[in-house]
Amino acid sequence: MLLTTAASAFLMLMQQAPAEGTDWDAEFGVETKERDPVTGEIPVEPYDQSNANAGATPYDSAGLVAAFGGREGIARIAARTVELSEADPRIADIFAAHDMVRLKRTLSEQFCYLLGAGCDYTGRDMKTAHTDMGVTKADMNALVENLQSAMREAKVPFAAQNRLLAKLAPMSGDVVER
Amino acid sequence: MPNAARMSLTLLNVLTLAPAALALPDAAPHIAFVPVLESPAPSAEPALPQIAAQAVTLDHGPARPAELRALQPLGEANAFASDASGGVRIGKVDVLKGGKLLLTNAISTVEGSSGGGIARWATIGGRQMPGGIGISGHASAIELADFGWRSYGVALGFGDRLELSYARADFDTRDIGALLGIGQGYTFNLDTFGAKLRVAGDLVYGESWLPQIAVGVEHKRSRDGALVRALGAADDDGTDYTISATKLLLARSLLVNATLRYTEANELGLLGFGSAAGAGYKLQFEGSLGYQLSRRAVVGAEYRSKPDNLGLGDDDWMDIFAAYALTDNLTLAAAYVDLGSIATIPDQRGGFVSAQVAF
Repeated sequence: MLLTTAASAFLMLMQQAPAEGTDWDAEFGVETKERDPVTGEIPVEPYDQSNANAGATPYDSAGLVAAFGGREGIARIAARTVELSEADPRIADIFAAHDMVRLKRTLSEQFCYLLGAGCDYTGRDMKTAHTDMGVTKADMNALVENLQSAMREAKVPFAAQNRLLAKLAPMSGDVVER
Repeated sequence: MPNAARMSLTLLNVLTLAPAALALPDAAPHIAFVPVLESPAPSAEPALPQIAAQAVTLDHGPARPAELRALQPLGEANAFASDASGGVRIGKVDVLKGGKLLLTNAISTVEGSSGGGIARWATIGGRQMPGGIGISGHASAIELADFGWRSYGVALGFGDRLELSYARADFDTRDIGALLGIGQGYTFNLDTFGAKLRVAGDLVYGESWLPQIAVGVEHKRSRDGALVRALGAADDDGTDYTISATKLLLARSLLVNATLRYTEANELGLLGFGSAAGAGYKLQFEGSLGYQLSRRAVVGAEYRSKPDNLGLGDDDWMDIFAAYALTDNLTLAAAYVDLGSIATIPDQRGGFVSAQVAF
């Protein structure tokens, strides 16, 4: 115990204390990104925006849009899915490191576009958006369950829920990496 | 400051700090710090720097769940560590951890395989995900007009790849046993050892035109060798070869299954295999259609064709079923079954109930 303490003391003695007010972010090359004051989103690298990035062709059914409560209902379901996932111990860690403000918007746009509610999808394609996230099939299942919960809370009929899932399920190949 | 004084000062700091650090509570994050003296120390009596008695707590407003968990003390790390979602981790394999979507492990057939009640599906039993091992067990009862049939079994699932299963079937002939001259309540027994390998596709994910496809075998051994030979069967054991394709068509909430079975079994093998007269392997069809009412409930119908090697009037089978996932781990199923003629006794219709426990 005493020997360890003495050794620590010696080590502390030998090191040079850094100057006050060192900009550690600069020292380690950390770039901080400021959130956009208007949208609240963290800026991303530029990319080609296209509805093709949504990953599937949209439905053309007014009944289906109505079942989801229109654009507002879809936006609420998308936001709720993200919130449930952030609080879901199975997958929260994947979400923790990402911009939830942006995700809520792009996910809402994607659902809205796929359901034929007349939105444009401005996010990235599924493969790019999920690169190096290391998403597993189990993570995907957890997200599906959260989306189902959100839709159930919004009283979307089950058959309509499945029609949205039918558009998303084929994208698993671009999302699941391991 | 003279080096010796500085050294004694630092040493003192450390000595004072050591018990303080030990005494820190482990519930909340703390940053304790020791001021580093760069300016010349007071000349006469160097005042000992006060070590922060009160730890500094970072405050970024309400902590989010992810942050709260990140700040929790690490659990004991060992090879058998388990987490909140249950199961144990042995090395790199998740055992009994689950993770499948409800009902996607299907129920258990009377032959022990994952599937419908009477038709084998391409699904893999157990609730494990890729890299995991799962298990399921079932007990089923079929009450027919003149017969009682029980089936018990277990299945092991390895990832989304392989299923190994065993089932025992007890077929009670009741009064018909006396009528046929084999004894009142004579019970036929059959052991079924199954293996099923997923070769392509996924039940839920991936392209909607590509079903989950699996190939498999079912090796069956009748425990009534002498009797089934006397009834005209060529053998008391045999092996079925199957190929199955199953897909959940989400856009229609419809589950579709088709299985081809190359078999010589008489009444699944309860009455032996092939016939002494030379009848042998034939290709048979099993089909299922299911409609998903909710995450937990599915209703549907099944059809299974069967050979008639013994000339006893073996009929094709059909059923109308409902299955309900009561919890993640318990699935109940009930069906109305029409098995046609069995051992020359016609109109064998009745009820089927089944319970499956899966992890």
